[in-house]
Amino acid sequence: MKFLRKYMDKIQPQFRPGGKLQKLESVYDGMESFLFTPNTTSHSGTHIHDGNDLKRTMITVVVALMPALFFAMYNIGLQHYLAIGQPETPWLTMWTFGLLAMLPVIVVSYVVGLGIEFIGAQIHHKEIQEGFLVTGILIPLIVPINTPLWMVAVATAFAVIFAKEVFGGTGMNIFNVALITRAVLFFGYPSRMSGDEAFVKTDAAFGMGAGTTVDTFSGATPLGQIATNVGDSLSLHNVVGDPITTCDAFMGTIAGSPGETSMVAILVGAAILLVTGVASWRVMCSVFAGGLAMAALAGAFPSPTYPASMLSPWAQLCYGGFAFAAVFMATDPVTGARTRVGQYIYGFLIGVFAILIRIYNGGYPEGAMLAVLLMNAFAPLIDHCVVSFNIKRRMQRAGNKK
Amino acid sequence: MANIKLKKGFDLILKGQLTSDAITPANASPTYAIVPDDFQGIVPRMDVKEGQSVQAGATIYHDKNHEQIKVTAPVAGVVKEVRRGERRKIEAIIIEPDGSGRQVTHDKTAPVKKLLLESGLWVMMRQRPYDVVPAPDVAPRDIVVTCFDSAPLAPSLMHLLADDVRYVAPGVKALKELTDGNVYLCFRPNEEIDIDDAQVMTVQGPHPAGNAGVQLANIKPVNKGEVVWTLDVLTLARIGKLVKTGVVDFDTIVAVTGEGVSTPRLLKATMGCSILSLLQDDNVHDMRIISGNVLTGFKVNAEQWLRAPYRHITVIPEVAQRDEFMGWASLSPKRFSIYHLFTSWLTPGKKPVSLDARIKGGERAIVRLDEYDRMLPMDIYAEFLIKAIIAGDIEKMEQLGIYEVAPEDFALAEYADTSKLELQRIVRQGLDKLRAEME
Repeated sequence: MKFLRKYMDKIQPQFRPGGKLQKLESVYDGMESFLFTPNTTSHSGTHIHDGNDLKRTMITVVVALMPALFFAMYNIGLQHYLAIGQPETPWLTMWTFGLLAMLPVIVVSYVVGLGIEFIGAQIHHKEIQEGFLVTGILIPLIVPINTPLWMVAVATAFAVIFAKEVFGGTGMNIFNVALITRAVLFFGYPSRMSGDEAFVKTDAAFGMGAGTTVDTFSGATPLGQIATNVGDSLSLHNVVGDPITTCDAFMGTIAGSPGETSMVAILVGAAILLVTGVASWRVMCSVFAGGLAMAALAGAFPSPTYPASMLSPWAQLCYGGFAFAAVFMATDPVTGARTRVGQYIYGFLIGVFAILIRIYNGGYPEGAMLAVLLMNAFAPLIDHCVVSFNIKRRMQRAGNKK
Repeated sequence: MANIKLKKGFDLILKGQLTSDAITPANASPTYAIVPDDFQGIVPRMDVKEGQSVQAGATIYHDKNHEQIKVTAPVAGVVKEVRRGERRKIEAIIIEPDGSGRQVTHDKTAPVKKLLLESGLWVMMRQRPYDVVPAPDVAPRDIVVTCFDSAPLAPSLMHLLADDVRYVAPGVKALKELTDGNVYLCFRPNEEIDIDDAQVMTVQGPHPAGNAGVQLANIKPVNKGEVVWTLDVLTLARIGKLVKTGVVDFDTIVAVTGEGVSTPRLLKATMGCSILSLLQDDNVHDMRIISGNVLTGFKVNAEQWLRAPYRHITVIPEVAQRDEFMGWASLSPKRFSIYHLFTSWLTPGKKPVSLDARIKGGERAIVRLDEYDRMLPMDIYAEFLIKAIIAGDIEKMEQLGIYEVAPEDFALAEYADTSKLELQRIVRQGLDKLRAEME
């Protein structure tokens, strides 16, 4: 890697004040620290530091998202070829179709988000930070595949600027940036975010997979179908009208936001996050516990008025974005509760609210996004209460002595 | 006897551990020095001039605010230089030994407090709050004596104590005269000795179990308005010897450890001796020499001197791997981390690891959960406390327990910090700010 080091050293002066490219100084610094671990040594305090840094931590989350991403690509292809009546298409072709369909969204998300981060870093003369590495891959996984790219760009820009940069950048935001992106899309362009046309890509991707949809096609997600269900029993079907089971939802071969369908892929990611210790098991487990508790409670009183209450608790966890939110969204350490006790409360309430909104609010077939955003807002309050107990204990101790 | 079991913390096992208990004499040191930075909370006012001849134990300088607090010469000789830095701050007082061995003998029948202040042993103690040299006009609630050092590569204090263990009991007796409360002695299990006047405790668990502040927090935390003194067992034995014989023992045994040392060893030397006299034939080119341990020690060079608490030198590589290519993506089992993010986690057994002085990452906002709390076995929300200090919120600092902590308690968290914040510096600033505000 010597030539690369030499090259970086050679171009360095251009990026320093007075150089031709001084406006790109933070870009250069970002690249340099990306390529080479800085040689800076400690000058005060501890003389040794752990090998871990935020880059490694963030990249681990990206790795944990890979199973969901790769499955999403396959499933987009699968849904597409089912919809155009070619279910026998080889899986690799399906996957390639999904790759081509998702690639533009991924590129737009990263280009817009990182672009804004770079500009922000340059304005504040700060080093580029890693936060958007994760956000940039989360966005394509949670926005419906048929969302126009310009909408993705607008929503991403809005979220990065108003949910993150104005609060001070990585580590300072109050709301989860990826979820704000989705919320902007959801409330700004509701017609494109639900219904038949949002979740299944029926037209060709870069000329691949052209065809017309079969007559029985319906692109509604299972939760969408449940929301409009009439009668005492639920009947769920896939994009061509064949019935589906909770097992299909567990595997992920159903319509939905790209990354959210497969419980299997999400659980693999969850395992990576928990083994590496990047995500809090307290939050993750509490979300599932809260969801199960609420689903069981609602399931005890099933009602045709609220069709989603007729789903079993197990099915509640498998359908929709619940699992994805529990594993990747609720565990965002920056926007969640930071005390140990707080994490249990925070997670549990996310689970409860996600299912509560899903079942009893007909307007929103999926409640996970709103539940996480709502609890983001309450996380500081939860922490405040937990810390107050500690303070109170300390004050009492000091008071008793006198 | 009570036992304290601590779970939080981590034992870093570094290369270059002591392998033998043998103690050999260090080389002769051409100069000795006192570094005023070692005695936090004291504003030096010089009592000697350059060129003046001093005995071992003679006063070199006193505190501006408490004239009774004195810092004394470790050897007999001539004051060669009072080295000053920016704004005439005294950086070191350098003494050239004359080899005469003349030493001040104190009146051992004098009150203990006066004896300690006059002899210079007073400044070897610390007080909570603020982690500074104790103020002589306040009687402490309790006194905590730590009898082991849990820091990486640290020597066993009980081993360094050797025969001087006989001075522990007189030391405790002397300290008892200074407090109405208890004198706590905190040992590793199986090292404890019974002392009549003291409360003997055993402490189990990883570093920072050996920090007096951690022990104190788990015995009886300091509250606002209270003062507790802390010291180590070596200082306690010196106090015992002082009250028994009237002279201060300035001899010390120094553990020279770390990857950069050819053979880790124990050397008999005198406080404030030169680093070179301890390093002997070690090749320290491109090495970082630390007076103290890797977490809380001072960076020194071979021309400088041993710093308080005068018992440990660590030598580690400065930069082990220059321009490491994409180190954050490393799959090498050699890249050590206490987190399960690197393959080193999967290698079996706890082998000694090699760590250099690189920070290995940029400074970031606090992102990861629980990083500080799991390294600090105290009933304190460390992250919230750090944030309060950064924000300069004095009321919050008090509420969150800043009176109970010292910078050294955060050293391990600083090592582990993903965001690479300088926690010890932050805590020191917070303590200084609060002290300025309160006093």
